[in-house]
Formats: sequence, C-alpha cells, structure tokens
Amino acid sequence: MPTLKRGLTLLVTVAATLLGLLLVTFLIGRVVPIDPVLSALGDRASAESYAQMRTQLGLDLPLWQQFLRYVGDVLQGDLGTSVLTSRPVLEDVLRVFPATLELATVAVVLGALLGVPAGVFAATHRGRWPDHAIRLLGLIGHSVPIFWLGLMALLLFYARLDWVPGPGRVDVFYEGMVDPVTGIVTVDALLAGETEIFWNAVQHLVLPSAILGLYSVAYIARMTRGFMLDQLRQEYITTARVKGLSETRVVWGHALRNIAVPLITVIALSYASLLEGSVLTETVFAWPGLGLYITNSLLSADMNAVLGGTLVVGAVFIALNLLSDLLYRLLDPRAR
Amino acid sequence: MTAHTDTRSAGWREWLTTDTPQSRAQARLGRAWAGWTAFRRNRLAVAGLLIVLALVVVAALAPVLAPYHPYAQDLNNRLMPPSAAHWLGTDAFGRDILSRLIHGARLTLMIVALVAATAPLAGLIIGTVAGYFGGWVDTVLMRFTDIALAFPKLILALAFVAALGPGIENAVIAIAITSWPPYARIARAETLTVRRADFISAARLQGASSLRIILGHIMPLCIASLIVRTTLDMAGVILTAAGLGFLGLGAQPPLPEWGAMIATGRQYVLEQWWVAAMPGFAIFIVSLGFNLLGDGLRDVLDPKGD
Amino acid sequence: MTNQKMADNTPLLEVSNLRVAFPTRTGMAEAVRGVSFTLAREKLGIVGESGSGKSMTGRSILRLVPPPGRVTADRLAFNGEDLLAASSRRMRDIRGRRIAMVMQDPKYSLNPVMTVGRQIAEAYRVHSKAGAAEAKRRALEMLAAVRIRDPERVYDRYPHEVSGGMGQRIMIAMMLIPDPDLLIADEPTSALDVTVQMQVLAILDDLCSQRGMGMIFVSHDLNLVASFCDRILIMYAGRVVESCRASDLHAAQHPYTRGLLASLPKIDERPGDLPVLSRDPAWLES
Ligand SMILES: Nc1ncnc2c1ncn2[C@@H]1O[C@H](COP(=O)(O)OP(=O)(O)OP(=O)(O)O)[C@@H](O)[C@H]1O
Ligand SMILES: [Mg+2]
Repeated sequence: MPTLKRGLTLLVTVAATLLGLLLVTFLIGRVVPIDPVLSALGDRASAESYAQMRTQLGLDLPLWQQFLRYVGDVLQGDLGTSVLTSRPVLEDVLRVFPATLELATVAVVLGALLGVPAGVFAATHRGRWPDHAIRLLGLIGHSVPIFWLGLMALLLFYARLDWVPGPGRVDVFYEGMVDPVTGIVTVDALLAGETEIFWNAVQHLVLPSAILGLYSVAYIARMTRGFMLDQLRQEYITTARVKGLSETRVVWGHALRNIAVPLITVIALSYASLLEGSVLTETVFAWPGLGLYITNSLLSADMNAVLGGTLVVGAVFIALNLLSDLLYRLLDPRAR
Repeated sequence: MTAHTDTRSAGWREWLTTDTPQSRAQARLGRAWAGWTAFRRNRLAVAGLLIVLALVVVAALAPVLAPYHPYAQDLNNRLMPPSAAHWLGTDAFGRDILSRLIHGARLTLMIVALVAATAPLAGLIIGTVAGYFGGWVDTVLMRFTDIALAFPKLILALAFVAALGPGIENAVIAIAITSWPPYARIARAETLTVRRADFISAARLQGASSLRIILGHIMPLCIASLIVRTTLDMAGVILTAAGLGFLGLGAQPPLPEWGAMIATGRQYVLEQWWVAAMPGFAIFIVSLGFNLLGDGLRDVLDPKGD
Repeated sequence: MTNQKMADNTPLLEVSNLRVAFPTRTGMAEAVRGVSFTLAREKLGIVGESGSGKSMTGRSILRLVPPPGRVTADRLAFNGEDLLAASSRRMRDIRGRRIAMVMQDPKYSLNPVMTVGRQIAEAYRVHSKAGAAEAKRRALEMLAAVRIRDPERVYDRYPHEVSGGMGQRIMIAMMLIPDPDLLIADEPTSALDVTVQMQVLAILDDLCSQRGMGMIFVSHDLNLVASFCDRILIMYAGRVVESCRASDLHAAQHPYTRGLLASLPKIDERPGDLPVLSRDPAWLES
C-alpha cells in the first residue's frame, strides 16, 4: 500500500533526524573543555572517587558505546542533572517549557492574523504601492535585531508610556498565586477563576509576543503572496469571476482555500522557528521559559542543561516539521 | 567635448546591447549589462548596495573616520547624551559610541566575510558532488543534508559556542557549521539541471576528469543562485552574530562588537537609552542593506523565484 | 421572464469595432483589432487559428480580459445596455446571471479543493436569495439535466475525482443554473476525448434550444461549427475576415476561408497532400 509505505518512509526519516540530533548534542558534549567528572564531584574529589565516577559515567568506554549509552539514557528520559539547579534536566525543562509554548503560540497566531491578510493584499495589488510597501515592511522586519527591538519597546511602552507592565509573566505580587496545572499562566488563571490575574498575564504577554510575532509576519506574508499569485493565475479563478462572485469571494473563498494547505505548512514551520527564536526574546523580557533556561545555563557552563534544552527544542522543531507534513496529507483532497 | 563622450558612450551601449554579439566575452558582458540596467531600476536594491559599500568603506577607513580611539576611556564624561563632541554620546566608560560603532563595522564585516567564504563553499562542494555523481553518493549526501536542514540553527549555534567557549572566532565557526545545508540543496539542484547537458558530455569525451568538470564547468553555473542566497542570508548572519554577542557568547569586551555593545548598554536603557539604541540602529541598517541588495539581486538573477 | 426581451427588436448582443490591446516593451500589441457583429438568440460560431483573438473576444464581453489588457469598442451592448460603461457591481450581476461562459478544460477551470456540488450551488446562490437546501436541490436537478446518472454521488465529489467529459458537463450545469440569456462556450470540447465530445455537444445544444439562449461557440473546427451553429465568423489575426450563414459557407468569398475549406478532408476524395494555407499580409489591413 502506498500510504503505508509513505508513512514508513516518513517515520524512518524522522527517526534518522532525531538520531542525527542526538549525535550532534553527544559530540558537542564531548568537545566541551569541561571535565564532566569534576563538574559532578566538585574540584576536591580524591583520585579514587574520580576513577570510580569515570567508570560510572562510562567515560572509559569506546566512543560509540558511550553514544549508545547516551541514546539509551535519553530514551528513558534521563537528560542528566543540572549543575545550576541540582535537579534532573528533564524536570526543569518540563517546568519551563509551557512558558515558551505560551509565548510562541500567541506570537504565531498574531503572525498569521497579520501575515496572511498582508500577503493576500500584496498579491491582489501586485506591482502597485501596497505590494511594495508590504515587501519593504517585510524586509525591515527581517532586519531588526529582535532583542534590541524588545529593549526599545520596553523603554517606550513600559518605561515612558506605561502602557504595558514590565518584564516577567505576571506582576510580582501575583506570582505563585495560581496552581500551575498546565504551566500556562493565562490558562491556569482562568481555570482557577482568577480573572484579575488572567488580565495581568495577558498584558504581560502582549509586548513580547508582538515582538516575537513580527518576525513571522514578514515570513508568512511573503509566502502567502507567492502562493496567492500562483493561484490568481489559474483558470478556476476566471470561472469564479464568470459566475459573478465578488472579488472578495474570489480571493478569500476560492483562491485562499487552495493555498490553505501550504499555508498551514508555512505557519507550522514559522511556529517551529519562533520556539527557537524565543531564546533572545525571553532573555530581554525575563520570560521564564526554555530560552531563558538555556541562556542562563550557557552562562554558567551547565552543559547538561544546555544540551538537554537543545535536544528538547530540536525534537519539538522536528516534530512540528513532521506535523506540517502530516497535515498536508490530511487536509488536501488531492493528496488523500 | 561632451558630444564626443556622448557618442562614445552610446557606442559602448550599442556594443553591449546588441542582439548579435561577436564574441563570448561580449555576450557575457552584454548579459551583465542587461542585469545591471534591471538592477538599477530597483531603487531599494541600489540603496542596499550603497549601504553595503558604505559598510566596506567605513570598515576600511575606520581609524581615519573615527573621531576617538574606540577604547579611549574618559570617566568624567560617562554616559553623556549625544552632543557636538560625541555625536552619538558616550558609554559607561566614557568611550565615544560613534568611534566604537565605526570600529565595530570591521568586526561585522569580518564575520560576514568569513561566513560567506566558508558555508556556501562547503554547500557548493557537497551539492555539486552529490548532483554530479548521483547514485548512492547523492543519496548519502542529501540524506545527511536533509537531516542537518531539520535542525534548529540558532539553538545549535548557541550550544556549539557554549562547547567551544565564547569568542568571535567560535561564533563564526558555529554560524558557518549550522548554515551550509541550504547551499548544498541549491547547488545540487543547479547541478542536476546541467549534468546531462551536451557541453558536459563533450568535456567528458575529451577526457576531462570529474574534478575538472565539477570545478571548471559545473561550479561556475551554480554561482549566481548561491550569491543571491548568500547575500540574503548575510542579514541573518549579522543578526545571529549580534545575538550571540548580546548573550555574551560572541565577541568579548572591550571589543566594540555591536551586539555586545547593546548588552552592556542594557542596564542603562531606561535612563541613557542611546548607549543601547545606537548599536542596534547600526545592526538594523547594515542588515537591511544586505536584505535589500539580496532582494534586488534575486529579481535580476533568479526571476523565476518571484 | 427573461424571454420577454425577445419581443422587441434589440439584439441580444451588439459588438462594434471591439479592440483588445496589451502593452508590451515595443508598444501596444493588439490581440483583437476591430471586431463587429450582432447576435440574436441564435448560435454564432467563431472559428480561427490559434492566437487569432477568439478567446479575447469572448472575455471582453464579460469584461474579464486579464490586466494589463485594455478593451475599447464603439459599442459593446448586451440587451441594449452598454457593458463598457457598466459599474463593476452591475457587471457582477450580469456575469453568470445574464452571460455565462464555459471554458476549455474542466481539469483547470473547476476549483480543485471544493466539491463540484458546492461550486454549482454557489453559482445559483450568488444570484438568488435561495437557502442552502434549495440551492442543493436545484444543483442536483441541474446535474440530472446534464445527464449525470447519479447526481447525489457526484455532488460530493472533488473535480479530480471525475472524468473530463463529466467535468465539462458539471461546468455546463454550473454555468446554466442561473438561467443566463447568453452562453459563451470557448472550445468546450477540445480538451475531451472524441468519444465524449458529441455527447457534451448534444447536451449543450438541447439545453440551449430548450431555454432559448443565445450562444457564442468558439472553436478551431470549421466542420463542427458549420454543423452546430446558425452563423459563422471566421477570424484571422484579430479581425473578422468572413461572416456568413452556416448554410452558405460553401459560397464563402475570402481567400482565407476558401483555404480553410480546401484543407478539410473530404470523404468522397482520395486523401492527397493537405494543401498549405496561404496567408496574405494584405488580410491584416482589410
Ligand atoms: N496577457 C497577455 N499579454 C500579451 N498578449 C496576450 C496576452 N494574452 C493574450 N495575448 C495575445 O492575444 C492574442 C489572442 O489570444 P486568444 O487567447 O484570444 O487567442 P485564441 O484565438 O483564443 O487562440 P487559441 O485557439 O489558442 O485559444 C494572442 O496572440 C496572444 O498573443
Ligand atoms: Mg482561446
């Protein structure tokens, strides 16, 4: 069966990609000039306990066996222990990940809500000034250092205009007041019926997600424009016009329906890159997510945490790639 | 006199735009001329070119252009707002921000040049070899490329720098290592379109080795699309390098790297905003320049990718 | 009803000195260069070689010439109403409801990600206040009218799931469902297998005469047009070079038409070499 075979190929590709990712993080872990034994035991370990720890960590095995051991550990959910927090890395990552998810999700929704109409508008006004303006805005969006824009936005909207609250997910005195059921503050606040905290969290979310979303607006608009121009050339568009449909119906009802599937792929891909791009945004906005966790660990050379975090971001990234591919097959009647 | 120059330049133009070039060189120059006329009409692209040229000039003449030494401290004049003496103000050590930006242009240009010289080259080699030999070589190399393509670039670059240790060289290495895969894909696609061409078979019949064919015939044909892609990517490279600098993983103080300058200006941003704002503007302008240039080049060299 | 207009003497369509021009690097290129004709409720065939401007003539009647093309005419009137002066709002009322068009290849002219039923129902609903259920009922009726055996099943199919001949019948159903007065059929059978061409033509013919519509039938095929239509226009390089009743075709005067007639294979003659059509630059000016 062809679908079965395609599914298998996809599965093998994903497995190979994940294995590749594991190999890369493993190798990065090996080239670090930090001695893992010392970082586990502290500087004052005796020669005896040093040797014991070395065996225990498997460092006297050949490299390929060490890799197998590493893969086995990761598959069992063991990403090592963070030096900084002295907790298992996986536990840390699971705790901070919802914050990143919340930020990136709102950002990608904003990106799609602005980017798709902008791209459609540029395509229907091809070669005229709205097209050029949107193109220029897109290039500008791709040229701004996001961490700098975040700083400047904080300066303007928080410090000078006082339109939004400062960094962080909620105001300090609200912190820890709702049970972290999902870990997503807005959702948790709603679950607990704390509307005040919910609105506070939303206000905190506005600026970082808008800044992060800006990047995907440009990308989504550009791709939408290209897809749309392709469709507007098609014969079925003429048919729709012959039927007497308004231009709005032709564009939004007929053409857009045809690019919906590739657009979903594009949005999924930009979601993936936002998860990754949140590293810098989180640093600027003191947003306690995976990005901030990774950068804090970087600065204190906590390699287990860095590599564990990288692995999780990478796996989610690959999963989103896979998901966009699956959605494509599920949603397009021609591919079914 | 003017009439004379006019006729002569008209003669040149005619020679360049003729439909029946007499030599291969004329045909090639003619094509370049047609590209240039198309490029010149795109005012934004020309602006981009000017920005990039300005970056090169500023970097080359930095010691001449900078009014102060980039490291010269003046603790009596800390955190001064922009003024006639210090056009863009001074930082926490009383150093002139403008002079630091001008010297920082050298670092930015160096990063751009090093990445542009390595990652596309690696991609070019992998892509042309895969495309030319086909078969299992192609399968292995392209599987490898696809896997690398699915990695999150920025995070991996962070992890690489974390492993190699902070510093500008390691930042360049990390960026280059994570950015070659798209170039390999492009080079392979271009190679596949010419691999079966008659002139390649002719070269092979004349006994040219595979190495010669790849180097002499195939690689030159891939250059145009690689240049477009590289130019467009350079904006991203500048932003990534600045991001690494901002996180303290790239250039180390007191180097006047723009991202690191923003990081040090961050703690004063609420009061002395210019310390962080000015380097950000510099990054933005230069990165926009590369984006505009790349966008214009894409229209000229690769019109199909509208 | 719509047929009341038949009583007075206004022709259904008047076209006078129609021109379609496209700007190019070397100036304006004229695709249609002064076409004139009038149409009553009859079948008018337009024949001409590829690029002679047949499609552009048809599309200018609907004001659907793609930009940057420009349409001018001394008169372009439908039921006495000036189409070139009509607002785009008014044009949308006319499109589909009064003038419809069947295009060449159903593979490309149906929206690939909408079920054919929805596309037909949509064509009905744009011009009426009918609800979804009523539109669906009418669409099913229309599918039956174009002799589709199992309308309920076909209604929920996507265009790639139906054959070419069925696709074109669906297209006809979609265009006829608002009951237009004029149908432009732009090579409606040339993308189809020879075996289904005749079926589709028969359906088209029946429905047109039942409803008393006018039709402009564009084709390459002089034989087909001669047997199917009442009157014939022969186009060459954007101009009408011959206009006659189908029954008088054998008496055509223009050398281009004579050339076309001579190149038709005849049953009672041994096939020799096909004559090469001669072209005279003077015809461009006539
Ligand atoms: N977008 C355009 N830009 C420039 N010229 C065009 C454009 N579209 C059509 N033309 C020109 O208009 C002329 C008439 O085209 P048209 O489609 O009406 O021909 P046709 O008689 O329908 O041919 P065919 O039998 O191939 O369908 C062609 O010569 C074509 O070159
Ligand atoms: Mg045509």
